[in-house]
Amino acid sequence: MAANPNAAPAPPSDRTNHGMRVVVAWLVLSAIATPLVAVFVGHLIPPGNGSSQGTEQVFDNTLMLTVITPILCLLAVFFVYGLRSFHASSSGAVLDGPPLRGDSQIQILWIVGTSVIVLFLAGFGTFELLQNGAGGGQGPDPIAVPGGQKMQVQVIGQQWQFTYRYPSLGGIESNQLVLPADTDVELHVTSLDVIHSFWAYELGVKADANPGVDNVAYVKTKSPQVFHVRCAELCGLWHGYMYNNGRVVDSAQFHSWASQQEKLYAAIKPFMDKPEADGGAPFGHTYLPAPERRAG
Amino acid sequence: MTDAAVAPSPPLWRRLLGFNLLTGVVLGIGGWYVGWFGAHSIVGPSLDYFGDIDYNELSVYLAYIGGIVGFLVGLGFFNYPFARLRGYPPSLREKETGGWTRYFSLCTDHKVVGIQYLWGIGLFFFIGGLNAMLIRTELLRPHHQVFPAGTYLTLVGMHGTMMMGMMSSGILGPFANYLIPIMIGARRMAFPRIEALTFWLLMAAGAILTTTIFFGGFPTGWTGYAPLSNEGNPGMDNYILFFALVGISMTLLGLNMIATIVTMRAPGLTWTRLPIFAWGVLSTAVLMVLAAPVLVAVLAMEALDRTAQTTFFVAAAGGSNYLYENLFWVFGHPEVYILALPGFAIVLELLPVFSRKPLWGYRLAVGGLLGVSLLSWFVWQHHLFVSGINGDLRPFYMLSTELISIPTGFTFLCGMMTLWRGSIRFTVPMLFCLAWFFNFLLGGLSGVFLSDVPSDVTTHGSFFSMAHFHYTIMGGLVFTFFAAIYYWVPKMTGWELNERLGKIHFWTMFVFFNSTFAPLFAIGFLGQPRRAVTYASGLQFLNDWVSVSAFCLGISMLIFLFNLVWSLGFVKKPAEANPWGSRSIEFQLPSPVPVHNFDRIPVFSSDPYGYGEGPPPSWVPAGATAGRD
Repeated sequence: MAANPNAAPAPPSDRTNHGMRVVVAWLVLSAIATPLVAVFVGHLIPPGNGSSQGTEQVFDNTLMLTVITPILCLLAVFFVYGLRSFHASSSGAVLDGPPLRGDSQIQILWIVGTSVIVLFLAGFGTFELLQNGAGGGQGPDPIAVPGGQKMQVQVIGQQWQFTYRYPSLGGIESNQLVLPADTDVELHVTSLDVIHSFWAYELGVKADANPGVDNVAYVKTKSPQVFHVRCAELCGLWHGYMYNNGRVVDSAQFHSWASQQEKLYAAIKPFMDKPEADGGAPFGHTYLPAPERRAG
Repeated sequence: MTDAAVAPSPPLWRRLLGFNLLTGVVLGIGGWYVGWFGAHSIVGPSLDYFGDIDYNELSVYLAYIGGIVGFLVGLGFFNYPFARLRGYPPSLREKETGGWTRYFSLCTDHKVVGIQYLWGIGLFFFIGGLNAMLIRTELLRPHHQVFPAGTYLTLVGMHGTMMMGMMSSGILGPFANYLIPIMIGARRMAFPRIEALTFWLLMAAGAILTTTIFFGGFPTGWTGYAPLSNEGNPGMDNYILFFALVGISMTLLGLNMIATIVTMRAPGLTWTRLPIFAWGVLSTAVLMVLAAPVLVAVLAMEALDRTAQTTFFVAAAGGSNYLYENLFWVFGHPEVYILALPGFAIVLELLPVFSRKPLWGYRLAVGGLLGVSLLSWFVWQHHLFVSGINGDLRPFYMLSTELISIPTGFTFLCGMMTLWRGSIRFTVPMLFCLAWFFNFLLGGLSGVFLSDVPSDVTTHGSFFSMAHFHYTIMGGLVFTFFAAIYYWVPKMTGWELNERLGKIHFWTMFVFFNSTFAPLFAIGFLGQPRRAVTYASGLQFLNDWVSVSAFCLGISMLIFLFNLVWSLGFVKKPAEANPWGSRSIEFQLPSPVPVHNFDRIPVFSSDPYGYGEGPPPSWVPAGATAGRD
């Protein structure tokens, strides 16, 4: 199999137009595969339709999958065709291929093609991001803010659980996130100790919980459902057990839950409201970081 | 070149003392205890020296620093500077001493250092791989079963840190050190002692990270995020010392490579005749020199946080964890291209040999390597898309991250067009290069999802991103690492590797690599976060599939190890000088390459890719001047 470095140049190649064959096969394959992927595969990609942000992410993923399908097809056709057609004969001397050292037309075509795809994807991603924040944490000064009335919920991470605080309901706290359906929610994510990451999977929300930082994320809930909350940033020993269920419930259920929680909370409210120096709960009512410590 | 032969034989005490790995280890352990007891006399002196490690970070740092100094003294790194200070002539002993003992001592022959690197990195690669096997064993069940939670996190952290730290030098250490001087027609690296130092520092670092298990391990994974690292066990200090030493080693390695390639090219080796491998090494070395010091700095701050309570990263005391995250990823993102770029270079270097065609679009390929190297500085905050920092900069980082796929695409175009109408031979190294296209394509395209902010909200920190970087780093770097081993090890050792075992290794590795990591994309999309010991019970089938595939991947690595030991240790079939029919200059030399590489410094008149363009030009024109070394 060892080839002679002084091997004779290849005999004049046949007149087969290999390039045209690859291009035609690619176009045919892409024309078949791309719509199939767009229609049948795209919507299967999580996180699903649990929230407006989730729906948007699914659309975004579908579009990207559709864009990369022709790229995958091109490489697949190229390698299947190329490796079958251009291998050295298994017996006899190894001949040199034609000494092609470049082709400025192909290079320019490639650069323009990849640039167009890249700029399109970046532009599209930015457009989608600015719609409603896509469910990501945006820090204390969000730029993609959905309009309209928003319910505020504070998410407080600590080793190793999340606590949810509802300022509009008298500051009640819960260790389960319960949200009303069809509501714009403004999540303020912060942490008491190390970095955590609040990930409400079915709602398409992820925001890091940083100590001393108010990280804002938006989500618009849809129909009632149960969703999963996990910590997505390594936060120490029991990181793997930092998960819980949350619920999206209809308006009536939400109000009954809230009044029930308020009753439970009433007993400890005086203690929670008292400043720590006067014997109140440590950290009571001080979860929202002071403005001068906000990063951004 | 025969100074050593006439040099007086060293005195008896010095011959007994040796200056080799053994004395290095002995003095290293001695230095460790000196540092340990010294720190206890500064902070918290105690009769029970070993009972209070939880309270004395300083002793861990000083112990290991003392250990490193002792190790270097024992290896003889201080002989040269002290001899010069005292007015003695420099000794060339480090280079001239023959025999196998060279491999266990300070040796300034770049070929010896290359082989030292290969085995040294191989050892720690193996340890990192064993950690991966243990991680996958734990993940066979949705709840934690085999290891305590803290041990599991230590395993995850050791796997990631070991692989990232060691494999940063995975190509440049063994192959660039060995081949760059030969490829550019030189007899040595620009700084041979620094070259040896980079290797031994890396070995000291590996030992430090491995001994983290004696200090309680560390909970942070390879990123070492503060403030979690502020509350970690003393094993965290091992992580800090390991990565800082790796950073110093990388900086020196990169400087050495840049100096060598820029200043020591033989006559006629212009920039456009430089092998593409040397361009890849150069672009990687630039990243190393500029990125690794940032890592050392941020780890120094972290060490101060842990020992002197400086609170750089503690929000409650005016610090910020964003400071750590930003500084870490300023290093961390160029770092992943430090891992990926040598892979690009090896693919482009090997494809012309095995398709018998010139490298297509040489200048575009060089532009691609340099473009990736440049753009990699402007993308780091894509690791922080949901962290809550700089919400308004996210569109910029989305754009810059996606832009980097343009120069990466150049590598694909040049590689594919080099194959086009070639005369392709499916040798073992070629198979690994072809697999690179498959793996890196999937790795790159999955990166598009991570670079897009709306999509990243779900995939960030999940197994999807884990699958992505294993496709790019293991599929991109480790596959080309093996390509380089099968391609160059016969040249380096003078013995052939078994081709049949090589093919079995390739196919098992390729199949089980994909079988391991492709399902992880789905697992990540389905909501399993990284580094968590638990997962949803519905994902158990996929996880078990991945674990079993990972074990098979481990067996594939054992096949490779068997091939290496069998072929090099027992069969010892002498390798031809030019088994692949390459036109590159290292294959015009005997196998293994003689001590001084060339009888005469070669003169270059073309690049090494002129396949199909007539017989290769002579490297040694008549009447060439004597060497410059």
